[in-house]
Amino acid sequence: MKENKSLLKRFRENRLFWPLVALALILLADAIFAPGFFKIGILDGHLYGNLVDVFNNSAPLMLVAIGMTLVIATGGVDLSVGAVIAISAAMGAVLINPALGNRLISNEILTKDATNTPLGLIVLADLAAGTLCGLWNGFLVSRGKIQPMVATLILMVAGRGIAQLITNGQIMTIYYTPYFFFGNGFILGIPVAIYIVAFVYLIAWVLVRKTSIGLFIEAVGTNAKSTYYSGISEKNIKLFVYVFCGFCAAIAGLILSSYVHSADGNNNGLNYELDAILAVVIGGTLMRGGRFSLLSSVVGALIIWTFTITMYTFGVPANALLAGRAVLVLVVIILYSDYARRFMNRVFERKGSQHGTAN
Amino acid sequence: MAQRIKPFLVNNGPMLTAIVVFILVYMVGGLLYPNMQKPQVFFNLFINTASLMIVSIGMTFVIITKGIDLSVAGMIALTSAASASLLAHGTNPFVVMPLMLVMGIVFGFTLGSIIHFLKVEPFVVTLMGLFFARGMAYVITLEALPINDAVYRFLALTKVHIPFFEKAYVYIPSLVGPILLLVVIYLSFFTRFGRTVYAIGNNEQSARLMGLPVGRTKIIVYAFSGFCSALAGVVWSISLLSGYGGYAPGMELDAIASVVIGGTLLTGGVGNVIGTLFGVLINGTIVSILQFNGTLSSWWTRIGVGVLTLIFIGVQSLFYMRKKHS
Amino acid sequence: MTNPNDSLLIMKGISITFPGVNALQNVDFSLNRGEIHALMGENGAGKSTLIKILTGVEHPDSGSIEIDGKLVQVRSPQHSQEIGISTVYQDINLCTNISVAENIMLGHEPHRFGSIDQRKMNGFARHALSKLDIDIDVTQPLGNYSVAIQQMVAIARSLEIASAKILILDEPTSSLDVNEANQLFNVMRKLKGEGIGIIFITHFLDQVYQVSDRITVLRNGMLVGTFSTASLPRIELIAKMLGRTITELDQVSKAKVSGEKVDTQECMLEAEGLGRTGSLDGFDLKLHANEVVGIAGLLGSGRTEMANLLFGIDTPDKGSLKLKSKRVDRFSPLQSIENGIALCPEDRKDEGIVGDLTIRENIILALQARLGWFKFLSLQKQSEIAQQYIDLLGIATPSAEQLVKNLSGGNQQKVILARWLATNPQILILDEPTRGIDVGAKAEIQKLVLKLAEEGISCLFISSELEEVLRISHRVAVMRDHKKVAEYPGDVDDQTIIQTMAGNL
Repeated sequence: MKENKSLLKRFRENRLFWPLVALALILLADAIFAPGFFKIGILDGHLYGNLVDVFNNSAPLMLVAIGMTLVIATGGVDLSVGAVIAISAAMGAVLINPALGNRLISNEILTKDATNTPLGLIVLADLAAGTLCGLWNGFLVSRGKIQPMVATLILMVAGRGIAQLITNGQIMTIYYTPYFFFGNGFILGIPVAIYIVAFVYLIAWVLVRKTSIGLFIEAVGTNAKSTYYSGISEKNIKLFVYVFCGFCAAIAGLILSSYVHSADGNNNGLNYELDAILAVVIGGTLMRGGRFSLLSSVVGALIIWTFTITMYTFGVPANALLAGRAVLVLVVIILYSDYARRFMNRVFERKGSQHGTAN
Repeated sequence: MAQRIKPFLVNNGPMLTAIVVFILVYMVGGLLYPNMQKPQVFFNLFINTASLMIVSIGMTFVIITKGIDLSVAGMIALTSAASASLLAHGTNPFVVMPLMLVMGIVFGFTLGSIIHFLKVEPFVVTLMGLFFARGMAYVITLEALPINDAVYRFLALTKVHIPFFEKAYVYIPSLVGPILLLVVIYLSFFTRFGRTVYAIGNNEQSARLMGLPVGRTKIIVYAFSGFCSALAGVVWSISLLSGYGGYAPGMELDAIASVVIGGTLLTGGVGNVIGTLFGVLINGTIVSILQFNGTLSSWWTRIGVGVLTLIFIGVQSLFYMRKKHS
Repeated sequence: MTNPNDSLLIMKGISITFPGVNALQNVDFSLNRGEIHALMGENGAGKSTLIKILTGVEHPDSGSIEIDGKLVQVRSPQHSQEIGISTVYQDINLCTNISVAENIMLGHEPHRFGSIDQRKMNGFARHALSKLDIDIDVTQPLGNYSVAIQQMVAIARSLEIASAKILILDEPTSSLDVNEANQLFNVMRKLKGEGIGIIFITHFLDQVYQVSDRITVLRNGMLVGTFSTASLPRIELIAKMLGRTITELDQVSKAKVSGEKVDTQECMLEAEGLGRTGSLDGFDLKLHANEVVGIAGLLGSGRTEMANLLFGIDTPDKGSLKLKSKRVDRFSPLQSIENGIALCPEDRKDEGIVGDLTIRENIILALQARLGWFKFLSLQKQSEIAQQYIDLLGIATPSAEQLVKNLSGGNQQKVILARWLATNPQILILDEPTRGIDVGAKAEIQKLVLKLAEEGISCLFISSELEEVLRISHRVAVMRDHKKVAEYPGDVDDQTIIQTMAGNL
């Protein structure tokens, strides 16, 4: 039965099929309407161009989407990622601040390109803050047995308040140049953020495909009770995914604050929870949990930013872009609906009916 | 009699808790800041939460059907921007207001239809609605547009004095929420539509097999939420006398938190709008206390609401565990 | 009795095909006024498809449906209700959060001045229930009442608002105890007397003979025949459902005789006064190697609670549990797996299978749980294990990569068994392993249990079917009211057990 399937059908049933089709469609539109879109140049030894921007900009979203994929695969959702990004960014900015521990605070000190905290410690503190948030979420969901949406809603509401608490309500500008490396640096002409994504992706992939964690996540997402009866601690699996998601969001916060040179409790990572869920859904992982694909979610994030940058090049104002993004969601919804699937199946089946029959 | 009281307490526990907590929170506020004991401060809650109350009422129905509507704040922004723009072009305010409400209904109807017919998570669809509404508001105007219409000004500035309380007053828009509340209480307890909403939230499949109009009811619920959001948007534009795409940021979360604090379960089927009223008032009281304090910064509101939501979810799970065991 | 003029429903030449699922071929079915007509067949025989056609969920490719002599096409579930067909399902399809009265009346509730007339509605509901001899507070939420009452409410609803002429009862008794089932049968007889036609679907043969007038048997989507209950001996009914003789069942009995070599010296499991307040009184139980101990008891007698305590799903708060004379201190499923215990839970769908995963993944799940997060079995090793058990248990599937949810009930049960056998257990607890699966698969599972016992596993076998318990157990423990009340040797007669379960001994 398996061998009978045509290559086309097998590819079509692959999770990556629809995301790639969508990406191709957007790029096709670019090729037709914005010929300059694909131009890649080298400036100061770095690559630059729209495509590089797409990758660079989508890095934080890709990270959050990786974490979110695992959470959604267990049948949960993490609404707090945007707030966690803000907390992580705030943490970094406060520790960098050369005024920290100084009694005399002057504008001169505040704007100095220096810090009293080692960079490694700053990064660790960022990651620790995010991971702690993840731990809190995971604890509420797995031990407190609170529905994921509600549990993470709490941190979503309170998290931005906490971020402002950390920065004392200020928008903190960062002047310490080594910190900018994460968001603006380049290694071998390629943005550092992309290396970070690749690294985190690799960790995630090894964790879910080379250990039994991936299987357990899918099992928990499909039927948590059966999974528990099979001797798997569904609590620990859930705890793990939320912690990992918090960790990913923390890295995203690091990159974002480094990219924009500031920490702003209200605006860092705004709408990231929504974009991340969107990326995962575009990637074909079902909201009710079960089967998942990390790569598809990463492609989903890429689609969102390709679309966004495309809109920018078309000259759509940033604020109105929201409406454009809504149209993107609508297209995704319609493409993923049962109707569309049945329609596509009919179209393809008619062509290849000699392959496609069941049994 | 006692036999009747106990089930009543168990069946309505979370809502009663919300009422008790509201009274407690308000009393604490009153003890800390004697000025809060003035009746006017209480009525200010209705003035300040006018829009939140309206969207929360719509949200309650949606959540009882096991859904969620993230688009409400976007709709408020869009309504305010569209109203301001239409009024600036000289459209009659008595045309603008119904037009906005119709827009809200059509908007909610569309979202509901997508949710029902394409079988997509309400979360995702209404998120799209949020993006779309805010985006469209920015398409209409990139800056805050003032409203100078005489009717709007009249509605905004006319005080309605409260009987029995000397000098206490609210504004006309503040009355919309309480009136809507009465309508919705009637709808949810005394009509087939309302009971169907509860039935769907408990078990959609069963409701369908009972021959209840599941699809139609769900779509109406989202259309109603769209109507409420547009109504809240009208109230908002009257209160602020301007329109802008960035208004009411994150209000969908405040609305959800209020509904949850009011004892409605996000798993559907349980809860009612009376609880939501107190959820909204609790939210408003916290804001008032922070304002009276003055030194506490605004972010404490968010943390406070978050903590309260957490506590309430704890209370709810306690009640439902007790209920399962009894 | 089967006067053709009394025909209420005639379905003729019904055929339907859909890929992968058992279709119906040219099936005839008829129902008379005032008749209880049992619809029998193995799982996948086409019973539920036939019902779905009658209730408008599915539409037949060909064939005709006549109700009261009029040709009809059932367009939708709503439409089927309108023309007087009502269904009461095994999982009650009512809403537990709204009141009993609303559950009965909603959709047809009386109105006054535009709102629901509560008093009148409650009155109607009370009246409707009193016709079934039930007197409860109809203003309370339905969820406050037992499953049996909920079922009656469902029946009342179908009679009241749909004024049903045809009542379909789909496995209504599977979660009822004997008294409740009898109460239901009384209601059924009463309705029958009022001229209502009842289609009764059940796995319990006893009940078929207790109440039905005629039996229609389906097999593999085809009609085997319609028979008068009085003239169809039980053994023939089974043979017709299986399409083969019942020698397989006989073999099982023989297997037990040859398996009488229980080593009473080696005590695998010993519970002393083990219990949990509020769910199960302390009980003593010993399991030896090579032994099958049956647990007989009604639903809710504490059988499942016993299984859950032994497997560590629930934590006991009194007594002690020893495994091979080593005391168990920590209770959790994982701990139990490490101790060599396995549990096939009662609810296959909710507690057993993981539907969206493949057969391979389902089979290695418990084994992998024991190995932990980081000792991951290679794909190749997984496939080997899966294939080994697919062959051993005869799981009917084209490949190990099929999703479990696409298998039939019996095969799903085998997959769960395979999951536990893969952990190489010494003690196997089976909670209703044969519920809701067809007779053939039942026999296979019974045989397998005896074979495993022979190989040295000790087995705790819980089942609602007394006959089955008696057939394969070396000892039988009887549960009643959350207590273990008695223990008998395996050759005890069923009367003794029934008397014990009823509390007469």
